Amino acid sequence: MDSQTTTTAAKPSANGQQATQLLSGSEITLRTLVGEGVDMVFGYPGGAIMPIYDALYDFEGALKHILTRHEQGAIHAAQGYARASGKVGIVFATSGPGATNLVTGLADAQIDSTPIVCITGQVYASLLGSDAFQETDVINITAPVTKWNFQVTDAAEIPDAIAKACYIARTGRPGPVLIDITKNAQLEKTEYAGYKPYTHLRSYRPKPIVRREFVEEAAKFINEAKRPFVLFGQGVILGNAEEEFKTFIEKSGIPAAWTLLGLSAIPTDHPLNVGMLGMHGNYGPNVLTNECDVLIAIGMRFDDRVTGRLDKYAKQAKVIHFDIDPAEIDKNVKTTVAVWGDCKETLPMLTELIEEKTHQAWVQRFRDHDEIEQTELIFNELNPTCDELSMGEVIRELNELTNGEAIIVTDVGQHQMVASRYAQFKQSRSNITSGGLGTMGFALPAAIGAKFGAPHRPVVAIIGDGGFQMTLQELGVMMQYGVDVKVVILNNSFLGMVRQWQELFLDKRYSSTDMHNPDFVAIAKAYGLESQSVSERKDLKNAIKTLLEEHPKGYLLEVVVGKENNVFPMVPQGCSVAEIRLK
Amino acid sequence: MKQEYTITAYTENQVGLLNRIAIIFSKRKINVESLNTSPSEIPDIFRFNIVVNETEETVQKVVRQIEKQVEVLRAYYHTNDEIVWQEMALFKVATDVIAERVKVERLLRELGARAVLIRKDYLVFEVTGHREETQRAVEFFEPLGLIEFVRSARVAIIKESRRFHERLLDFEEAEPGEELHTNEHLDENETVFSM
Repeated sequence: MDSQTTTTAAKPSANGQQATQLLSGSEITLRTLVGEGVDMVFGYPGGAIMPIYDALYDFEGALKHILTRHEQGAIHAAQGYARASGKVGIVFATSGPGATNLVTGLADAQIDSTPIVCITGQVYASLLGSDAFQETDVINITAPVTKWNFQVTDAAEIPDAIAKACYIARTGRPGPVLIDITKNAQLEKTEYAGYKPYTHLRSYRPKPIVRREFVEEAAKFINEAKRPFVLFGQGVILGNAEEEFKTFIEKSGIPAAWTLLGLSAIPTDHPLNVGMLGMHGNYGPNVLTNECDVLIAIGMRFDDRVTGRLDKYAKQAKVIHFDIDPAEIDKNVKTTVAVWGDCKETLPMLTELIEEKTHQAWVQRFRDHDEIEQTELIFNELNPTCDELSMGEVIRELNELTNGEAIIVTDVGQHQMVASRYAQFKQSRSNITSGGLGTMGFALPAAIGAKFGAPHRPVVAIIGDGGFQMTLQELGVMMQYGVDVKVVILNNSFLGMVRQWQELFLDKRYSSTDMHNPDFVAIAKAYGLESQSVSERKDLKNAIKTLLEEHPKGYLLEVVVGKENNVFPMVPQGCSVAEIRLK
Repeated sequence: MKQEYTITAYTENQVGLLNRIAIIFSKRKINVESLNTSPSEIPDIFRFNIVVNETEETVQKVVRQIEKQVEVLRAYYHTNDEIVWQEMALFKVATDVIAERVKVERLLRELGARAVLIRKDYLVFEVTGHREETQRAVEFFEPLGLIEFVRSARVAIIKESRRFHERLLDFEEAEPGEELHTNEHLDENETVFSM
């Protein structure tokens, strides 16, 4: 983490060289964060965190604070920021409801391994357990959804707690951490001797030692394989191992398919990128999972949306699993060889040991399947002839006009699957979505955070009409801070994915999935955003062109799409990946 | 096949860790049969003993989740033959009933009981041993109008352990020695403290 920002007002020092100073816990909190290289915080004030916000007043220039409209918006923005920049996302919230509003984001960051540090205010230590105003047991509420959490009741504990929090959040398999600071600890003055970063904790091993013999064993299986197949996940991105990964697949000539969170780790047009895995993934990767002889999983966790029915998943294959988290090995799929470690270290060791190959006939099988999928499905989805617009053609137009260089942030549901399937990417950290938790309402605040994390890249948020209405108040952040996020609402006036399941599996009993929507353009206008709505093909390209122009406060484009379109292919729940349906 | 496993975890002494460990079980709807926390042979390091009745596969996954907690140094699991274990039970019974109906000497000898407190109105006996032994004592005292009964959690010592101390030194280093973390997955035949 690096920060070039310095402050003239507060002069916080990160080097710890100076003599001790008598400072309040609040000021120490902020100085420690600056010492960690933090320059941006997303948050929402309230009674129990007011001393920290008061100290923040003097840190203008060193710490930019973004006031969201809800604490859930703050943590999703921090997630978007972390995913786009690779830095730790920082969140401030008050006690009680402020803290409980973080829970969804914490659970999301936990399952998607996103480095976040939340700092919550808490009632005075003397009042703990008395059911004081806005007291809630945030440490216990958040224990299952944090990598680590800690309550500070004494100002002297603050530098250590925050340094430890940042260290834990960003190292090993990253995750969310929460520090709860009682109000007295924020107010008390204590001797501050400077900030000391953590580099080691005896009970915590972020990186397992890499054992060469297992890399060798993996290489042996890979060299003997006739039909090897690589599955890669976010571990490649989190480990900054995109180059190492590309070198590995290029030397071994092995086709590689991605999980939802692995998307964008290698460019879409890479010849060995064979597409997406899982329930709405591509035809070839799903079918051929059950035909490969060696399955090499790298930085992924065999989610049930990827594997489908487990007892019919790749049973014919030897499974090699590379992961930094020992608890992932054998959790869902039994491995033949497990290589623990950071893939930044393990992949070069593997690449050195493998033979250069091309596997032409095998790669061709993926291409053959792709051809079937293109003709039977994709072509129509991207170039529909019916009157209604399809989600796929919106993504196709976006690809053409962004040249695959935008960060695409998606919400959850049909539009998410369509965008993931068809969006094209040239660089890593370009796909931000709520994968494991499937949090509707994630995209708008996450896109705002992503824009702060990567200010020079275009950020397009693709959101359904349902998800948008879960966090639409965050348009206020775009208005207040002038955040140029391009919001695209794919409006089918349905909770589309649930409706699709009702159509396919529940005799079209559309229980509570039709939505009577507001005028989205009017909402955008109320927040001072430029906006338009299109429902006809002839207007689409120009509308997207306008969307992608520079706007002082972002832009909202509503695209009215077909009401009852389905996302295919689909591996129905409880079916094997080989039973993927094209229609 | 489900059977009794005893999990041993070496941890830092940290408020909240007990809850973090407990929710690993409750999340999977696993019933904890017994749970004991105590100091260990090493100053400032705590030791959890947790007993569950589960399949080995489940226990292995749970142990990995326990070890994944930031404040847990190491966690292991063992079957009953791999450990030496004891539970302690206390029994409170009316003095007159015992005096009238029991040969106290036999009671003490056969059940391995020890009188902890002797009063005119009641007596407290202690029995320590395996579950069957304390259970036998329960069955003995029950017809005699057991006033109060309590049984402790299991405490267990691992038969095949080397001193954890030596391993701990490794943990203190930022760059641990090669043997600290082996790939447990492929090291199933090695001794329990292979790290």
